[in-house]
Amino acid sequence: MKQKSKLRMRRTWFIFFMVLPAILIPMVFTYYPMVKGSMMAFQSYNLMNVKNIKWIGFDNFKKLFSHSASNSFYTTMFNTVKWVGISLFFQFTVGFGIALLLKKKFPGSGLYQALIFFPWAVSGFIIGIMWRWMFNGTSGVINDILMKMHLLRQPMGWLAEKGTSLYSCIAANIWYGIPFFTIMITAALRGVSEELYEAADVDGASPLQKFTNITVPCIRSVLLLTVLLRVIWIFNFPDLIYSMTQGGPAGSSNIITSYMMQLVYSLDYGMASAVGVLCILFLVIFVMVYMGFTKYGKEEA
Amino acid sequence: MTPRSKRRIGLVCKCVVLGFFLILIMFPFVWMLLTSLKGTQGEIYAFPVQYLPNPVSFVNYVEMLWKGNFSTYMLNSLICSAVAAGCSVFIAILASYVISRFRFRFKGALLLFFLVTQMIPMFIMLAPLYQLLAKAKMLNNRWSLAFLYTNMMIPFSVVTLCGFFDNVPKSLEEAAWIDGCGYLSALFRVAVPVIKPGIAATVIFAFINSWNELFMAVMFIDVDKYKTIPVGLNGLILKYDIKWGEMAAGTIMSLVPTMCLFAFAQKYMIEGLTAGAVKG
Repeated sequence: MKQKSKLRMRRTWFIFFMVLPAILIPMVFTYYPMVKGSMMAFQSYNLMNVKNIKWIGFDNFKKLFSHSASNSFYTTMFNTVKWVGISLFFQFTVGFGIALLLKKKFPGSGLYQALIFFPWAVSGFIIGIMWRWMFNGTSGVINDILMKMHLLRQPMGWLAEKGTSLYSCIAANIWYGIPFFTIMITAALRGVSEELYEAADVDGASPLQKFTNITVPCIRSVLLLTVLLRVIWIFNFPDLIYSMTQGGPAGSSNIITSYMMQLVYSLDYGMASAVGVLCILFLVIFVMVYMGFTKYGKEEA
Repeated sequence: MTPRSKRRIGLVCKCVVLGFFLILIMFPFVWMLLTSLKGTQGEIYAFPVQYLPNPVSFVNYVEMLWKGNFSTYMLNSLICSAVAAGCSVFIAILASYVISRFRFRFKGALLLFFLVTQMIPMFIMLAPLYQLLAKAKMLNNRWSLAFLYTNMMIPFSVVTLCGFFDNVPKSLEEAAWIDGCGYLSALFRVAVPVIKPGIAATVIFAFINSWNELFMAVMFIDVDKYKTIPVGLNGLILKYDIKWGEMAAGTIMSLVPTMCLFAFAQKYMIEGLTAGAVKG
């Protein structure tokens, strides 16, 4: 009996010490800064004005939503919706289309997948630099190609004009995100049992019927989860905008997270944290609505 | 039309679409490489664009490596990422083994603890972290960056490695325990060798992620000696007049390690990433 409790103690201590570092480090360097950061949202906290740090309730939020000409937060929010919505739509549809072509393995399909998946391993910052050069207004290759195809008369400053800067960033983001959808959906498609299609063939189903009645229902849960994760990810992804336009010109291509980065780098931590708290709030609301609409959690459980 | 010729047309269409898509994905990288190999400003900024460098020149690379500080940046990036990848995966091996193998209270809460860190925007933590580091006099320090990257990669590595450990039959270690092996030696002598490919993939993933990290590095490092590649390139891109030839050379050099590691580990990484998709 004594022997057994000694063994039990040993086991408990073993578990404790094994998980300790993995808990302690994120506690101090992720959770503590997160809580402290959320608190800053309710403070006037500007490092340019250190003597004046104090609690101010919801003033930071009021300032964000105030209606004044110099307030670009409404544009920023609208931009975020466009950034997430348009990017996601094209990433998903094109990614799905390519995945359908890749479903059947062919000689070299492994290599092909590896090649198209490579951008995923490159940082958004570097991708942004590459696209910034391609979108260059005076000697960019995109201008050149469009002019050779006679779609454009004269070179255009894609990133320097208010009307096109955000959409140029979105184009780059679509390019960056397609491979992820392709890889995930290809894997899901290959997991669908071939017998189902054979049975449908016997019943004389058309390709479209097979698609809507077999393919989509079978990979539904993967699609829903991938889309959910991607929305959160695209929302939290200012890297590309940061290196392509820095949110400019005049804030016309800012999304919420890139706006927040600018506030952080201008040392106005109070306002930056207020934006951060709003981000978390938006994401939580989105996830809840999404789960409710798609009933995702229920059928999975 | 006979079914056979119909099928053939379909195949040709498929090849054309896939070929076009491959070109679309590869083009930005190729274009950056071509730009980096052009020797004169005239070639780089020519419009209509001159596509091929003539002659091929390595001036931009030489400029970046010897006149700029790019070799220092590369070394810093290498040290930070390697240390972070090694440490985070080691810590994660310990934790994930226990989580996957033992039943204990708070296990669900523990997994949630790791998942939540992946969902919140990291930007909200930047300001308090800056103050924390400033208080500890750890700003502008290569090792504090490596440590923060370790912290960043722990949750992901734990969750991934749990998946790998779950696939190892428990009977393997039970046999080792019966033979008088302690918990720890059973882990490192029996379980770890079995999931070696999984560990390699996780290490590489952690390395690439640390290698790519920008915002923390920009925030916490502003001495040239300790800058990583993204911080160095960030300095170049914020200038009013960007030298695109050197920029392209820097970009290509920063891609080389990613490319090598990716080529080596892409199979495991794709498998690891899509494991849920196949099961679902």
